[in-house]
Amino acid sequence: MNVNLPIYMDYSATTPVDPRVAEKMMHYLTLQGVFGNPASRSHKFGWEAEHAVEEAREHIAALVNADPKEIVWTSGATESDNLAIKGVAHFYQAQGKHIITCKTEHKAVLDTCRQLEREGFEVTYLDPQPNGLIDLKELEANIRKDTILVSLMHVNNEIGVVADIAAIGEITRAHKVLFHVDAAQSTGKVAIDLEKMKVDLMSFSAHKTYGPKGVGALYVRRKPRVRLEAQMHGGGHERGMRSGTLATHQCVGMGEAFRIAREEMLSEGERIKALRDKLWNGIKDMEEVYVNGDLEHRVPHNLNVSFNFVEGESLIMALKDIAVSSGSACTSASLEPSYVLRALGRDDELAHSSIRFSIGRFTTEADIDYAIDLIRHKVGKLRELSPLWDMFKDGIDLKSIQWSAH
Amino acid sequence: MSYSEKVLDHYENPRNVGAMDKEDTSVGTGMVGAPACGDVMRLQIKVNEHGVIEDAKFKTYGCGSAIASSSLLTEWVKGKTLEEAGAIKNTEIAEELALPPVKIHCSVLAESAIKAAIEDYQSKNAATTA
Repeated sequence: MNVNLPIYMDYSATTPVDPRVAEKMMHYLTLQGVFGNPASRSHKFGWEAEHAVEEAREHIAALVNADPKEIVWTSGATESDNLAIKGVAHFYQAQGKHIITCKTEHKAVLDTCRQLEREGFEVTYLDPQPNGLIDLKELEANIRKDTILVSLMHVNNEIGVVADIAAIGEITRAHKVLFHVDAAQSTGKVAIDLEKMKVDLMSFSAHKTYGPKGVGALYVRRKPRVRLEAQMHGGGHERGMRSGTLATHQCVGMGEAFRIAREEMLSEGERIKALRDKLWNGIKDMEEVYVNGDLEHRVPHNLNVSFNFVEGESLIMALKDIAVSSGSACTSASLEPSYVLRALGRDDELAHSSIRFSIGRFTTEADIDYAIDLIRHKVGKLRELSPLWDMFKDGIDLKSIQWSAH
Repeated sequence: MSYSEKVLDHYENPRNVGAMDKEDTSVGTGMVGAPACGDVMRLQIKVNEHGVIEDAKFKTYGCGSAIASSSLLTEWVKGKTLEEAGAIKNTEIAEELALPPVKIHCSVLAESAIKAAIEDYQSKNAATTA
């Protein structure tokens, strides 16, 4: 059994570029390759680059069953979220200034909404249910006459739960409210059919799906047509919605990554689910171990677990042979426990004790075996060190103690 | 976050892990922090008739720096008088372990833990002699 240490188990933070993708991208950079500006209309260099970008656009559209004309290139899902939410808010503000989102969204959505609040918009932040999913009745009850947009993620980045965007789309369309979905974590993992789903805008990222960092896309529905106010002004690229010279090699990389995702999604999903289940089965009989978020409505790539009475950061340190995270990479610089887990109503202790394992295309069975042994050993060791574990074993209710907050 | 070698050493080979009988009058117990904040330290000292700390034990729930701060402290207080141990400053711990600014609170917690343990010992013994 051979494993290369450390083992990468943080695929939800980013994925390695698939070698097939990297190989293809290399042909779009140098003098010998297709390096032209896709917007150059006067020569072959430009035409070839334009052709490459359009072919890549078709691959993006094909993965989600959309028209290539509905795909706008961006620098990543954060930009796509900004363009979708601010773009809609600024264009439709005469019709209303109310937006609905959820407390467990990615910061790219939450912080964009905060900015709109500073500009005079009103935002409702829905509470998720304890399983991490929102209650559709509650969503509908919060739609008002002046609501212009609902923004909800497809797959949560921390706990991997999958929202029923098809059902949400029926509600928003019936109320004539636009629906934006951040799908950064779902492409290549969950089937998306935008002909059927009543989603108006959808954000994509390349680097969560074995493509390069620095490129993403926004789906903008044409029928019924969705209008956006551009956030980036300049040469009028991407039909005026997002100016800036297209990064040909990046677009090609994302296109190739999404083409592969479409072809391999089913078989890959099954393989990864078997690995994730193996990981969970290998640790679930330990005492005081809890899965965060719904285990059924969840992508196979994610396992978010709280090891009670063990603090997450010290566990990550103990598990240094496997690269994992507590919560999302975007917030792991702070000492606060995950805002996502807190929104689920998890106790602070359990939120402090959580680890996100996210696996993917290059995870092997040997990696999982190694991880299970390491987790069992290190959690046991840290519990030997934990006064809280002592108290739990002595039958003391930790909630009965008057703790001195600091 | 990268840790200093000293933090890693204490974290991987923590000194004086364990528990003492907290009903014993020669034992002082200090428990500080809160689970909700992500740090709880329990520090125990055994004091002889000359007021010298003969032994120290700890258990800590917290990050690597919190574990290292309490482990280091148990090494430092052994053989010290209560007065000397009570004079240990968090800045000395932080300096010894090269704690980054975001982890200074771990050394503060360790200082509170030894103070609480001394206080517990003194209050127990004031009560028995009174």
